[in-house]
Amino acid sequence: MNVSRRQILLLLPAAAVAWEYVLADNPESSPNFKMSDHWWGMLIDISKCIGCGSCVRACATENDVPETYFRTWVERYHVSDWHIENPEVDSPKGGIDGFPQSKAEGGKNFFVPKMCNHCVDSPCSQVCPVGATFHTPDGVVLVDYEYCLGCRYCIQACPYGCRFFHPKKRTADKCTLCYHRITKGLTTACCEACPTGARQLADLKNPNDPIHAFLKTHTVQVLKPHLATGSKLFYNGLDGSVR
Amino acid sequence: MGEFKDSAHLIRLAGVFLLGLILFLVIRSVAIPKSFGQYGPFRGAALVELSSRPLAFAGHEACENCHPDVAELKSKGVHKSINCESCHGPLAKHADDPGNVKPVLPEVAQLCIRCHSENIAKPTGFPQVNAKEHFGGQTCSSCHKPHSPGLDAGGKK
Repeated sequence: MNVSRRQILLLLPAAAVAWEYVLADNPESSPNFKMSDHWWGMLIDISKCIGCGSCVRACATENDVPETYFRTWVERYHVSDWHIENPEVDSPKGGIDGFPQSKAEGGKNFFVPKMCNHCVDSPCSQVCPVGATFHTPDGVVLVDYEYCLGCRYCIQACPYGCRFFHPKKRTADKCTLCYHRITKGLTTACCEACPTGARQLADLKNPNDPIHAFLKTHTVQVLKPHLATGSKLFYNGLDGSVR
Repeated sequence: MGEFKDSAHLIRLAGVFLLGLILFLVIRSVAIPKSFGQYGPFRGAALVELSSRPLAFAGHEACENCHPDVAELKSKGVHKSINCESCHGPLAKHADDPGNVKPVLPEVAQLCIRCHSENIAKPTGFPQVNAKEHFGGQTCSSCHKPHSPGLDAGGKK
């Protein structure tokens, strides 16, 4: 075959484009943090939550969450003795300033911290028309703020109400499980600030993580299990009335 | 009239398809971000953007490296499992530059009440006080030291 110099020059960029395709599907090339070694979840112990709101404040400072919007919040439940299917729930300012003394008498009272469940089969990522919501190989659901159009489908799709429309970014926003912290070997801001250890970051792929012993010895539940979202937010002592 | 050749049509058609394919590949290579598909079906650079956020909370290990005396005192009291920044606030800036950025001492009265004010929804067994009845006009820190809050005199914890 006789190929002139001009033809080779024309072929080179084409070859470069083709080679990029070969390289593009090369997974896992993060330098110091190996994503496939982790599978993140969180343990929330309701019997330890005192409703102080430290997690909400810490999350807001760590992630610049705008006021009156929440990536995590705390709810207070009052379940009366005779009507357990209809609990009274309140969450003044997401619990960011703590809770005033409960007025309700009798029944059962407790706090439930809430945040993104980082579902394995997340409804939010399934409805996104542009693929802006994605799953990292270590099991965190994140939003690509450059892809997000702000169509709000995901906000409606999330059965846990964990997403909001960011007023400045004009995109959907949610808990990132402090991805900038956990990839550096730190725990999330809410877990760091929780004074009672009611929240604990869990690495389900790490056999030495205390989560495994805890899951074996406690009655642990996820929120709305009938929706089969594959939630990785494990609640200890969760009451059936919690939605 | 020249001889009619079917193959000539096919070659031209194939040429049109080839041109379309090349056009498609060129547009694709321009439109798709370079890092797309690096870790999965999403833009890999988005992970870098999200994980490069600056820290606000330094983490208790960073505190304990420079303040082992406080960590030692705290490890003996009932507040042993509380992380430093839970009370002292986010201090990553102080940890990065301890000389210039000094942390503000938290106001004790508000700090204690944040967790220890009475509330029926708190777990039973968690120490709670009615602020007005309990203080008797004093500040918390006149009896309880936050790093080790048990009362030394009287033997009551």
